[in-house]
Amino acid sequence: MPDHPSYDELTSGFSWSIAEKELEYTPGDIINIGWLCSDRICQKGKAAKVALYYEGFGGVRKQYTFNDIRLAGNTIGTFLRSLGITPGDRVCLFMDRIPELYLSFLGILKIGAIVQPLFSAFGDESLFVRLENAETRAVITQKKHLSKVRKIRSSLPDLEYVIIVDKVKASELEPGEILFNLEEAEPVEQFDIHPTLAETPSVLHYTSGTTGQPKGVKHVHYSVISQYLTTKWVLDLRDDDIYWCTADPGWVTGTSYGIIGPWSLGATQCVLDTGFSAQAWYRFIENYRVTVWYSAPTAIRSLMKAGDDLVNEFDLSSLRHLASVGEPLNSEAVIWSGRVFGKQFHDTFWQTETGSIMITNFPGMKIKPGSMGKPFPGITGAVLDPVTYTPIEEPGKAGLIAFRPGWPSMMRTYWRNEEKYREKFVNGWYLSGDRSGIDNEGYYWFIGRDDDVINTGGHLVSPFEVESALLEHPAVGESAVTSKPDDINMEVVKAFITLKPGFTAGPDLELEIMNFIRKKLSPLAMPQDVEFLDSLPKTRSGKIMRRVLHAREWGEEIGDISTLEND
Amino acid sequence: MEENNLNEMKELVLKYVISEYIDDDDVTITYETPLISSGYVDSFSMVSLLVFLENKFNIKIPPSKATPEAFDSVNNIVALVNQYLNQ
Repeated sequence: MPDHPSYDELTSGFSWSIAEKELEYTPGDIINIGWLCSDRICQKGKAAKVALYYEGFGGVRKQYTFNDIRLAGNTIGTFLRSLGITPGDRVCLFMDRIPELYLSFLGILKIGAIVQPLFSAFGDESLFVRLENAETRAVITQKKHLSKVRKIRSSLPDLEYVIIVDKVKASELEPGEILFNLEEAEPVEQFDIHPTLAETPSVLHYTSGTTGQPKGVKHVHYSVISQYLTTKWVLDLRDDDIYWCTADPGWVTGTSYGIIGPWSLGATQCVLDTGFSAQAWYRFIENYRVTVWYSAPTAIRSLMKAGDDLVNEFDLSSLRHLASVGEPLNSEAVIWSGRVFGKQFHDTFWQTETGSIMITNFPGMKIKPGSMGKPFPGITGAVLDPVTYTPIEEPGKAGLIAFRPGWPSMMRTYWRNEEKYREKFVNGWYLSGDRSGIDNEGYYWFIGRDDDVINTGGHLVSPFEVESALLEHPAVGESAVTSKPDDINMEVVKAFITLKPGFTAGPDLELEIMNFIRKKLSPLAMPQDVEFLDSLPKTRSGKIMRRVLHAREWGEEIGDISTLEND
Repeated sequence: MEENNLNEMKELVLKYVISEYIDDDDVTITYETPLISSGYVDSFSMVSLLVFLENKFNIKIPPSKATPEAFDSVNNIVALVNQYLNQ
């Protein structure tokens, strides 16, 4: 007897109303993600069930029931309201993966404000452009990240409040900085949830593009419909599961599948807030008896590098279902996981803009190692000809991955950038910016990006952003940024630089430039290799030909260089 | 390696780690403090730490040896560097 329905059974007669019915949502009603993830679960008789197991560095452990997270959301929401935060205001979460991050997420949504999660490793420049663009009114952060916020505060007139969730002496606070310690706050039992509707904005994630500044991807409360059903069907979460999503909520996986998906299902999840170590990860799975594990290819390849023997030191028999996201999962990793865990990782494909899983290897579906799988029911996907933007019928032929708009969690716009949003659509298709082919059984096979955006360790880095930041270094005359291959991260950032007169290339300057970008933008954006050149390849009109450098790094054909300046 | 040199090397690495990677003045970093597993230094930033060590001590550490465990404390880092000094 098969454990799961077949792909054809899932897609036959599919409608998103399946999720609406299960969540007891009628179109036109109030729908609030914060309420669905906590109050509703309590009303279903699961108030005492554990919602979150948290483990921090040094063995710090905490746990919260669904009633605890309901109360915490109420308490944080009440506090924000007392400051004058109103529906539609942007409230940024700039924290490590501590419980306050997850709980504040619910509290912000409950008052109808918009959550703006940002990766806590961002440097001050990355933080600034995102807060400035969103006209963020409040930032919730930790003392350890306060110095970055303080550095840019005076240039952000909309930023009224900086809320610090851990202990800081009141005498150390600057104007507009407020302490809020959840453990010391009086829990709020009665709370009026803001009556958000399907199209009310919920989450604003930032993503990088080839050109221009990062774009704020606006999602709405109705997105939960997709996130709920994909969590249930793709991640296969069941009532007795212990779920671990390793993604940071600074990125979309960490909110769609690290908060909304599992908690809207009433599932128990666990969070490990420490640096990566294969041993620590295996111990975590063993200790918490993790059953469903959603991770990323970079992490999986790092585990492979740590060796098979280490796996055997731990009891990982609790694992029931494994899935992966962020970048293509190579076939070796799929086969390896089958060998050492007895379960293969199921690759999933989606983006910040799509809000939920679009193409996937379903549980029970035959996995073709290296393939992304097939579109989720209700998703009309295609691979388009890059010239005509019409679907390619020929199996295996490469084209642009595209989707017909209309699924619940699709972004509604780019924040204050409607023009860029419209550019994502051609002939009624949403263009993902990724390329693949489709085989004769309907499986998608990832090929690469259709632009210059760098996908390093599952995170997108804009070459434009790094190039711009490089030019602020006193030694840099010109810069070009591309990717180079990397065994663990798939690709990493590489910078090509010409120096201003008076500066000499050398290893110390290379390190100085690396650290300059790391602190200004983020460790992800830091070039892991800096090459000093006498000149950069340019067109006759003076435009830097990034693709020539990219081709060289990847050992590819350079292609047409008829416009090259010095050919 | 003589103890004096070893201590100097530890102090040098410790100072670099504190100045480059630790933002919070209240955090105390010692030779034993876990750096990677604690999250003070992430895996991407480890690359800049590696470049620092290779520049400073004029050594080449193979990528296979630059593991999170080998970089997890100043003591571990100095032990790793020692393996490649005088080679």
